[in-house]
Amino acid sequence: MSWVDIGTLNDIPLRGSRIVKSPAGCIAIFRTAEDEVFATSNTCAHKQGPLSEGIVHDRKVTCPLHNWVFSLETGEAQGADEGQIATYPVKIESGRLLLNMDAVVAKVA
Amino acid sequence: MQKLVIIGAGMASGRMLEHIHETDPAAFSVTIFNAEPRGNYNRIMLSPVLAGDRSFEEIITHDDDWYAQNKVTTRFGERVTGIDRERKVVIGEQGEVPYDKLILATGSTPFIIPVPGHDLPGVVGYRDLEDTNAMIDAAANQGASAVVIGGGLLGLEAAAGLRMRGMEVTVLHIAGHLMDRQLDEAAGYLLKLDLEKRGIKVMTEANTKAIVGEGKAEKVLLDDGTELAADIVVMAAGIRPAGQLGQQAGLEMGRAIKVNAQMQTSDPDIYAVGECVEFDENIFGLVAPLYDQAKVLANTLLGQEDAFTVRELSTKLKVTGCDLFSAGDFAEGEGREDIVFRDPKRRVYKRLIVEDDKLIGAVMYGDTADSNWFFGLIKDGTNIEEMRETLIFGPSFQGGGAAASDPLAAVAALPLDAEICGCNGVCKGDIISAIEGGVTTLDGVRMTTKASASCGTCTGLVEQVLAVSLGDGFEISKEKPVCKCTDLTHEDVRRLIKSQELKSQPAVWQELAWKTPNGCHVCRPAINYYLISDWPLEYQDDLQSRFVNERNHANIQKDGTYSVMPRMWGGMTTPDELIAVANAAKKFNAAVKVTGGQRIDLLGIKKEDLPAIWSDLNEAGMVSGHAYTKGLRTVKTCVGTDWCRFGTQDSTGLGIKLEKKLWGSWTPHKVKLGVSGCPRNCAEATCKDIGIICVDSGYQISVAGAAGMDVKMTESLVDVATEAEVEEWVSAFMQLYRENAKYLDRAYKWVDKVGLDWVKEELSNPDTRKALVERFDISQSVYRKDPWADHIRNRSEQYQHLADLTEEAVA
Repeated sequence: MSWVDIGTLNDIPLRGSRIVKSPAGCIAIFRTAEDEVFATSNTCAHKQGPLSEGIVHDRKVTCPLHNWVFSLETGEAQGADEGQIATYPVKIESGRLLLNMDAVVAKVA
Repeated sequence: MQKLVIIGAGMASGRMLEHIHETDPAAFSVTIFNAEPRGNYNRIMLSPVLAGDRSFEEIITHDDDWYAQNKVTTRFGERVTGIDRERKVVIGEQGEVPYDKLILATGSTPFIIPVPGHDLPGVVGYRDLEDTNAMIDAAANQGASAVVIGGGLLGLEAAAGLRMRGMEVTVLHIAGHLMDRQLDEAAGYLLKLDLEKRGIKVMTEANTKAIVGEGKAEKVLLDDGTELAADIVVMAAGIRPAGQLGQQAGLEMGRAIKVNAQMQTSDPDIYAVGECVEFDENIFGLVAPLYDQAKVLANTLLGQEDAFTVRELSTKLKVTGCDLFSAGDFAEGEGREDIVFRDPKRRVYKRLIVEDDKLIGAVMYGDTADSNWFFGLIKDGTNIEEMRETLIFGPSFQGGGAAASDPLAAVAALPLDAEICGCNGVCKGDIISAIEGGVTTLDGVRMTTKASASCGTCTGLVEQVLAVSLGDGFEISKEKPVCKCTDLTHEDVRRLIKSQELKSQPAVWQELAWKTPNGCHVCRPAINYYLISDWPLEYQDDLQSRFVNERNHANIQKDGTYSVMPRMWGGMTTPDELIAVANAAKKFNAAVKVTGGQRIDLLGIKKEDLPAIWSDLNEAGMVSGHAYTKGLRTVKTCVGTDWCRFGTQDSTGLGIKLEKKLWGSWTPHKVKLGVSGCPRNCAEATCKDIGIICVDSGYQISVAGAAGMDVKMTESLVDVATEAEVEEWVSAFMQLYRENAKYLDRAYKWVDKVGLDWVKEELSNPDTRKALVERFDISQSVYRKDPWADHIRNRSEQYQHLADLTEEAVA
């Protein structure tokens, strides 16, 4: 697997998100209250709202456009809504954030 | 006759002597030593002596006559220097006394904190009549100051007494709240307020560094550099058991003289009682266990079987007007649940701690009428499962069986003169009369009695009175909780944030028992707003708890781009501003729209371009129009006397003044204003949140209009004569709305809930109005600034992507 350095944890606000541009489109990198990181597609499954702009709570994000809630772990829409967003492996190593490119590339292919 | 010698004439030995003489006065020939030059007195009543409520004579429990009558030999004012256990004699300063049985009742000594200067004259403990008299003497000088170190029971009683005698008193307490052993933070907070009301200064987390002065105490210095003048310094930082005699005699010691349940020391002929003993790893400072020990010891000496056990203790403070009670264990812990009742208006706080269906602790402040009943439940370990729902209302609400667990039954049991609505002083009887007069709804009760029409916290009670009176004819409307993270309503949360002084989101989640780790998209923006509104100086706005628009200070559009709208004060602009707007629109390829709020919107701006376009607009002197906030939006004006042939006042100028005063403020929902120069109302002021119509005689201020999903005309608030009055009333209305409304209630919805009459009543009081304006100005000192300039400076990188991997080899 090829891991790509995308920055540091502190580049992302606590309970916030930043985006990474990729061949598979914009990927949102989330940082939770517990300093965990998750990477998902930035695009809401409902009306393509930018998920990186949503409110991050627990291990979930709420889309800013119409309040769909997605699990950052599974990418599944929560509650009554049905939908799925892509998730990507991301990890922290000595303070650096590493995104798995293989998964991103696989998405494009 | 056996020879009984007692060392120490305190509360424990006095009580023991009484027991012995009541039961068998001929059993012992008694000698009693006391280092103080007097006999037994009620030491815990020294506080009333200090306060001047009692004389010393009134608190003597055993006078010379009593000792004479009961043939007790007294050696008062004589210290005991040693005990010879071999020869069974007590060695006094003036000679030896042989004993068959010896009782050590040497009590305790105040703990004097060993700071530099602790041995200066003028530094006293608070233990005996000498200390008390020293304080009374110090208070005799007009305007003298006292510093009391220690905010526990004794320290506060000393402080209150000294204050009663006219001294300037400061209490220093090392912990975060007063009486931290007996009270929780909330009760400690109310206590502090009450003490401050009587003119006692309270400093918590205060560390004393030194006491300084020329030959006597003059000043107390704190770690943080504070200097306090002090003619007398009272050390009330705790007591230490006085067990030296026992130690010298070689008795088994712990922190004090060790005794068994018969109060017997390791020497079978020597007993100990009171504050100088240690039993089962406990030492004692309150009077109740001392009396228990005295009784056990008397029985033991008289050959009757008895055993001392440690009982639950309760605490009350003997300071008039500070009504508090604490008992049992009130620390938080797993498996423990709190039942809390608060009445902020009456400053009442009650907290019960329940574990395994038993009451294990209680803290009460402001209303302790039921404290004995609660204390009984704690001591007896009563199972409270059946009465859990109504437990906090006390014994008068406990019927039997099903009724006891039914809150409606509790309300039914309330007497007619029980106050339901604290704001408007409405009692149950008033509401019942209204119902008998034909009222059947909550609104009806509000209209006729005003109950629940102000702060609304009693709404639940009013509904219960309706339900009890009307039976099936009334259905209690369930006010909805904020979201799934909590069972509390917005009103509850707002009230608790204020009364519990919750100043951060984690504090709210923790203290109000949030069910989720850090809220959700529904509650987070609401709580963030409430904290901003209530604690403008202390709370740090959390951008991650804001909707995207308020975080990025622009309006997100359906395609993920943003619209940017600079402020145009009162709808006025200049050619230079228009050129800057036009240039920006061209540079960033924006669509341009003229809005209903008299400004220009630039649509289709990419997120990463936001700092750049703001920077261009800033350079032309323009700031954010806050077109994206739950805050002040626009002040729409007409051209007024500047140009219009009908204009009666300078409506444009007034609108600009208002906008410059109000801009940047956060509110429960958006706020729009209109100022029209005459009743023709070209600025459409009468469908705004706040509308001003200029007339010849001045200004008509009306509020609570709407022109969205609902369309509603404003209602008249007040007519005033000057622009300054308009500014004052408008700011005060804004602040009242900010402090009281539920998040996402527009002003008209909020006014509908609380009633325009209440709003008028609050604002008509000049003091209330000025206080509101003052609080608004404090908040504005933080928030009346351009967020665009701030973001360009401090977080422009957040608008850029973290990394660009588009060129990363797809191979």
